[in-house]
Formats: sequence, C-alpha cells, structure tokens
Amino acid sequence: MELSILTVSYLIGSVTFIIGLKMLSNPATARNGNLLAAAGMAIAIVGTIFLYEEDGKKLGNYLWIFGGILVGGVIGTLAAKRVKMTAMPEMVSMFNGMGGACAALISAVEFDHLYHAYNTIDTAWLADFVPAGMYLTIIAGAIIGSVSFAGSMIAWGKLSGKIKDFSFRGQHIVNLLVLLLVLAAAVFTYQYNVGLSLILFYTTVALALIYGVLFVMPIGGADMPVVISLLNSFTGVAAACGGFLYNNKVMLTGGILVGAAGTLLTILMCKAMNRSLKNVLIGSFGGSSAAAAGKKDQGSYKEITLSDTAVVMSYANKVMIVPGYGLAVAQAQHACHELEKLLESKGVEVKYAIHPVAGRMPGHMNVLLAEADVSYDKLLEMEQANDEFTTTDVVLVLGANDVVNPAAKTDPASPIYGMPILDVELAKNVIVNKRSMKPGYAGIENDLFFQPRTSMLFGDAKKVLQDLIGEIKNL
Amino acid sequence: MEAILNWIADNQQMIYIVILMIFVGIEVIGHVPSVLHTPLMSGANAIHGVVIIGAIIVMGKAEPHNYVALVLGFLAVVLGTLNVVGGFVVTDRMLEMFKGKGKKNLKSQDPRSK
Repeated sequence: MELSILTVSYLIGSVTFIIGLKMLSNPATARNGNLLAAAGMAIAIVGTIFLYEEDGKKLGNYLWIFGGILVGGVIGTLAAKRVKMTAMPEMVSMFNGMGGACAALISAVEFDHLYHAYNTIDTAWLADFVPAGMYLTIIAGAIIGSVSFAGSMIAWGKLSGKIKDFSFRGQHIVNLLVLLLVLAAAVFTYQYNVGLSLILFYTTVALALIYGVLFVMPIGGADMPVVISLLNSFTGVAAACGGFLYNNKVMLTGGILVGAAGTLLTILMCKAMNRSLKNVLIGSFGGSSAAAAGKKDQGSYKEITLSDTAVVMSYANKVMIVPGYGLAVAQAQHACHELEKLLESKGVEVKYAIHPVAGRMPGHMNVLLAEADVSYDKLLEMEQANDEFTTTDVVLVLGANDVVNPAAKTDPASPIYGMPILDVELAKNVIVNKRSMKPGYAGIENDLFFQPRTSMLFGDAKKVLQDLIGEIKNL
Repeated sequence: MEAILNWIADNQQMIYIVILMIFVGIEVIGHVPSVLHTPLMSGANAIHGVVIIGAIIVMGKAEPHNYVALVLGFLAVVLGTLNVVGGFVVTDRMLEMFKGKGKKNLKSQDPRSK
C-alpha cells in the first residue's frame, strides 16, 4: 500500500515536470508552470522521505535528512530572494553546480559502499563482483556531475567578474587528453585490483573536475549563457544516472527531460545569436579578434555633452532606446524607465529595441525592464524595431555593442558576421553610451561609433541617465 | 557483448523511459519564444534538482557509523535542496516580473488610480 502511494507520488512528480516545462515555454502560463513543477517536486520528495523502502527497510537518519533540507532550503531561499536581477544568470549557474555536485556525491557514497563490500581479496577486480551496468551509472553520475559542478563554478566566477578568460595554445588538445585520462581512470577503477579502486575512483573524479574547469575556461563571458544551458542539461543526465541506479522513475524522467530540453534550449540560444554550438565551444573569437582589432584605424569619433543630449532627445519626435549589457551591469533599468516617462511627458514617443541576446542571457533585458515597470508594448523585438529605425530621430544605445555592430552585415571576416543586428545607423541620430571605447565581448571594433551620425556619451549607464534626467528637467 | 544485451533486457522499462523522455523534452519546449529562454533554463535547472531524491535515499540508508556516507550524504542533501529550492524561487522571481507588469497595466486603466 505505502509503496503504491510512493509510486503514485513519483508519477505525479513526473507528469508535473512535463506539464510544468510545457507551461514554462509560454509567457502566459510560465509562472504557474514553475509552481506546478515545484509542487510535484515537493510531493516526490515528501513521498521519498516517508514511504521509500529498500528490501523492506525504511529510511533512517531523519535528523540528518531534515537538517540537510533545512540548511539547504534556508540558504537557497535567501540567496534566491536576495540576488539582484542583474546577477540572475550567475545564480542559476551556481544552483546548477550544486545539483551536479549532489549527483557526484551520491555516486561517491554508493561507490564507497561497493568498495567496502568487496575489498576483501586483493587480486580481484571490481568487475568480478559488480555488474557493468551498475558501475556505469555510478561512474557516469560521478563524472558528469563533477564536470557540471566545476564548469558551473567557473561560469559563475566569469559572470560575476571574479575569473578572467584564460586560454593557451593547444588547449583543445590538452582538454581532449584530460578527457581521455578521465575515461582511462574510470576503466581502471573497474578493471583493476579492488584494493586500489577507491583511489582510482577519486582520481577519476579529480580529473573530471579538472576537465570541467578547462572546458569552460577559454569560453568568453558573452557565451556563458549557452555554456550554462549546456551544463544544465549535463546535470540533468547526471540526475538520470541516479534514476538508473535506484530504479527511480521520477529521477529518470526529470533528469532526461531536462537533459533533452536543455540541449535543445542550448541550440536555440545559439541560433538566436546566429552561431553554432561548435563555434561557441571551440571559440573562434580568441585568436582572430586580436588581428581584426589591430587591422585598421577607423578614424575618429565624436563626443557629445550631456546638455546637448538632453536637448536632442527632448526635441525629438521618436526616441528608441537600445539597452544592452552595460545597462544590466550598471543596474540602470529604473533610471531608464524614469527617462522614458520624462520624455513621454514632453510628448516624445519612446520605445525600446530589444535584441534577442541583449544583456547577459537571451530574454534578460525583458526581465530587467519588466522589473522597472516598463510597459510590455513599448518593447519591440528586433524585426519590428528594424522597421521603425528609419522614422526614429534619436537612438540611445545604452551599453550595447556587438548587437548594433554593422560589421555583422558588412564584414565577412568579422567573427560576428551573419548575426542579425539592430540597424540603428538608419536613424537620424545615434547616441552611444559606453564606459569607454573598449570593444565589447566579441573583442572587435565597432564601425558604428565612427559614423558621422553617431556621437559618444561616455560614462556609467546609470549615472549618465540620472544626469541626463536632471538636464532635461532643467531645460 | 552478452553483458550489454542482458543489461538492456533487465532495464528495458528504464530505457523506454529515456527514449520517450528525450522526445518529450524536445517537443515540449520546441516553440519557446526567446524572451523566455532565461526563465525556462532556470526552471529546467530547478527540475533536475530531482537528484535530491537520490541524496535522500543515500542519506537514509547510511549506517550510523559510516561517517563517509553520513557526511557525504548530508552534503548531497544540502546541495540538492539548494538546487531545488533556489532554482524554483529564482525562476518564480523572474516570472513574477512578467506578471507584475500585467497588474500594473490593469491598475493604470483603473479610473481610481488616475
């Protein structure tokens, strides 16, 4: 009876995951979808704690279990509630890493059991006792979980600016070698003296951690969302390994579902940036960018003062704001909304042009601007926005760079060639706010800045916007 | 070879689930608009937190004197919970903004707020 209830609770869990994910991919139902999946998860977890039994024995150590859930729950809730909207991506990466580490730890404990059960005859192999399928699920969970954990931590560090990009010549060969070493260690763990298998197991885990670090290290910060999405699907597969190990259907469905959906999402994200996954992972940016940057001297750019900007903007008919990474970093979304309201009160039509990959992650700008109460119908998608630039008087580019770089259309040698961009140069005036003339994430110069209709307004996006609001009020 | 075939035969239910779930996973999010990429990724991230169930099983099975299992299992439960709870809360916070804006629109149409 109790086991049947557990089975039903797992069934409910699996179905809510599928429906939840389906609802998450539609704006109208997304929030409820998330809550539904959370409810299903809660049912599956409670069911496991109280109803799970193995060989007729219930689970013990309730104090440890509830203690762990309490600690994790409190830290998780606080971290998730406190994190700034702009830091969301690295938070997701962090949580993803925790899931990966969890999967690896489960494998470690299970392996420890095996080792102690069979470490009696020195010359025997682990393969003599343990079925290959079982070993495979344990070691796969350990390897994939470790790679996901280490990779996610590096991604987190990169997004929060703690870790710089790092690559060296021949890195791909080194990575491949490390991966081969991981697999070799995994094979030796199984087919070698049992006595040594524990050391070999931890060697496998350590090598997998190193591989995770090396895998993410050379990938540029702008591509981190894609990497996080990929690691997300890795963790899904690691969770599914646990499902195989315990013959647990809800872990299997949840894990594989995320593994498949995460892989597709990774590909969709790449498509939104018009790049291939291979391109992201192997990174064509590194070597070619230095050459491209130094190739030609683009001449001079012109600067504009705050008061001129204020005049130009308040006497315009239509202003288009192009928000980007710089706005996210400076947390300028509220100031941006304030500027929008002020201009509207002066009769200026204000709209936002949102590039699909503006900000730190696809869809990130929409979330940020929504946080600042910007009305949804003011946000134009790229195609709509491109139709309207010809009738726009002033385009204000706030910390966006690569998504407005005309090289994507004109220069086949450019690493971002072929990426769809916002055609801001069609507008009568373009004002670009950046912190400096430094190139964007792609590491390439932007011709836009040197065009006659473009003027540069240097400074931190938030400060500039606040000063600009003050100037306009004083007009 | 025989071992592999036996393993497949022993686990055929699970293998069916894997294959079907791969198709479901791809089908279910196939038409997601790019606006929702971030929340969807975050939601999927929370769902793979289902690995917590494995952690609970490991923890619950640990013998009282096996400190390796107790400590590693405890850590696994903490990290798994972090993944689940943090994941769902973060996703909810992101999606809340989409919704909050809808309410604001209603309010501005409300004559009393003018």
